Amino acid sequence: MKTIRSMVLVSSDPISLQRGAQGVFDRLQAEIKTYGLDEEVSLAMIGDVGRHDALPLVIVYPEAAVYGPVTVEDVHTLVEEHLYKGRIAVDLQASNRELSGKIAWLNTRKGTLPAEQRIVLRRAGIIDPTNIEDYILHDGYTALGKALTESTPTQVIDEIKKSGLRGRGGAGFPTGTKWGFVAKEKSAKKYVICNADESEPGTFKDRLILEGDPHSIIEALALAAYAVGADEGYIYIRGEYTLAQERFKLAILQAKEMGFLGQNIFGTAFNFDLHIHSGAGAYICGEETALLESIEGKRGQPRTRPPFPTTHGLFGKPTLVNNVETLANVPPILLNGATWYRSFGTLSSPGTKVYTILGNVNVTGLIEVPMGITLREVIAIYAKGMKGGENFKMAQTGGSSGSIIPASLQDTPMDFDSFGKAGVALGSGALLICNEDTCVVDLAKVLLNFFRTESCGKCFPCRIGTQRAWEMLDAIASGRATLKTLDQLMELSTNLYNLSYCGLGQTAGTPLKDILTHFRAEVEAHIRLGVCPAGVCNTKEAVH
Amino acid sequence: MATIKSLDDLTRIRKEVLEKRKAKAAAGQIEVIVGMGTCGIAAGARDTMKAILEDIQNNNRVGIVVKQTGCIGLCEKEPIVQVVIGNQPMVNYGKVTPGVARQILADHVADGKVVQNHVILL
Ligand SMILES: Cc1cc2nc3c(=O)[nH]c(=O)nc-3n(C[C@H](O)[C@H](O)[C@H](O)COP(=O)(O)O)c2cc1C
Repeated sequence: MKTIRSMVLVSSDPISLQRGAQGVFDRLQAEIKTYGLDEEVSLAMIGDVGRHDALPLVIVYPEAAVYGPVTVEDVHTLVEEHLYKGRIAVDLQASNRELSGKIAWLNTRKGTLPAEQRIVLRRAGIIDPTNIEDYILHDGYTALGKALTESTPTQVIDEIKKSGLRGRGGAGFPTGTKWGFVAKEKSAKKYVICNADESEPGTFKDRLILEGDPHSIIEALALAAYAVGADEGYIYIRGEYTLAQERFKLAILQAKEMGFLGQNIFGTAFNFDLHIHSGAGAYICGEETALLESIEGKRGQPRTRPPFPTTHGLFGKPTLVNNVETLANVPPILLNGATWYRSFGTLSSPGTKVYTILGNVNVTGLIEVPMGITLREVIAIYAKGMKGGENFKMAQTGGSSGSIIPASLQDTPMDFDSFGKAGVALGSGALLICNEDTCVVDLAKVLLNFFRTESCGKCFPCRIGTQRAWEMLDAIASGRATLKTLDQLMELSTNLYNLSYCGLGQTAGTPLKDILTHFRAEVEAHIRLGVCPAGVCNTKEAVH
Repeated sequence: MATIKSLDDLTRIRKEVLEKRKAKAAAGQIEVIVGMGTCGIAAGARDTMKAILEDIQNNNRVGIVVKQTGCIGLCEKEPIVQVVIGNQPMVNYGKVTPGVARQILADHVADGKVVQNHVILL
């Protein structure tokens, strides 16, 4: 197994290429080999870096040292000094002018690699989740105590707003703003809810947060309740997560016993009670309004929005719904301040993101890294490379409602805005990494199979659209489709997005759009040539 | 445990817990911690836990506290077992089958010799 220690990136936009980037790349490759570093240093061309004054650029991680303009003659010194001896080759560094655009984020995380940055997971795997003493010993309930005794609800909300925290449940909505909406409502009864339904295929970050550090969510919910003026809360935990439910139940009992839940918490007038509601296996119940219906004892189907839950939520009362990971960020923000939090991640998406890595890589698992890291870094550093040295073809982010990210976007910073601009979505935090043996049609078929089974049936665009989309994909995969099918598929994707009632149907069309945008040739090969280039689909299948 | 009515109460309790733990560590208490997140359990952490408890009982090992913890993020290396002896730094073991667990108890816990081929360096 290769363990990558450093990563070297060469800019390869047209100007760089004109100025000899290819030559620099080739020499780098040769020099790295000469020094016997090819097992521990990865090298890649990364297109336009966003800085055009000192091209071609060579960027070396984890120090985020930017060298430029680099000539073929400079390469020897660069490799010897930086990669072999491990010190920055000062003479070759690009001038330190105000960096802008894409390169700014490179700089914000100087030296943060390859170590992970743990905020949400700082206690997971360190404390005993069934022991409240462990939690208290690791600063537990201090943020709550401080907030209740020293801050007003408005101050709490302001701090969250200043931190720039954005929802980790998929949409990236600013958390402080949402809290403000609920706080503003005049109502004797309000609710706070933690959404732990986590049913996206491949996502299991919330599960491991709940299992590893349940008290942090209790503390966060109490803080949220104090901030918005609620006195009752629910946590909606996916039915299959029995261990998480067990640990959470125990944690609630312990917190009640010690007075962190109940009446007059920390000797103040603040009261807060918390209930667990178990899901029953429907993906749709993760959608916040369907979740509310489900808690109310009705069939889990989405409600019309507006009115939004912030004004008319659970039992018609103003309600705050937040994801597990979002909430887990709250106590550390209040404890260490918004400025501290903003020192991680990017300007528009501060903080960290928890990802679950799976697929054709050497190491799968759970990581927490600063926002704005790239897929290339995740694969090379945390996943320790592709299995068997295979080529990276694409990644699927955020379970089914994420995007299919082609290899060409692997240098796009993973944060809400950069991904938005590139036309892809961060989703819920799963990273399914695929090698070239994965067929895009087959992948989309698997995703659509999930959606057509999970569509709740309330609105017909989603109920029928997901089924039809799956059928078309099946037709492509088995060689029964025509090129017209592709146009229909694209139209269906647009219709799903525009006409569906809730996020389920709206995002169901994303994989269709993604494969037709980024992998059109491969999809067409199924039809035009009757072959699956990845060798997965049986295009000669009999019609069934 | 006492009910907490103020920030001072919380600070006091935290101090008490810390003192208690320090005293135990100074007395050479041995902690064996098993990663019991879903990933750990799926990889066989329950069997590992059982083997550890049985081994402690069968061999009358004393002064050992067995605890559990959540996922540390290295799902690939589960089941993970961490060993802390007194004030010494923590040793992390990966892929701990019941057999390896017994070896850790016999070699590391009882004899002070770290089972090198199962150590994970973090
Ligand atoms: C079909 C569907 C499923 C969803 N599943 C989840 C889920 O499992 N967990 C979650 O936190 N949010 C889920 N969401 C998003 C929620 O509706 C909501 O946006 C989120 O809980 C808000 O929390 P945040 O602001 O902290 O991100 C889902 C949305 C849709 C449309």
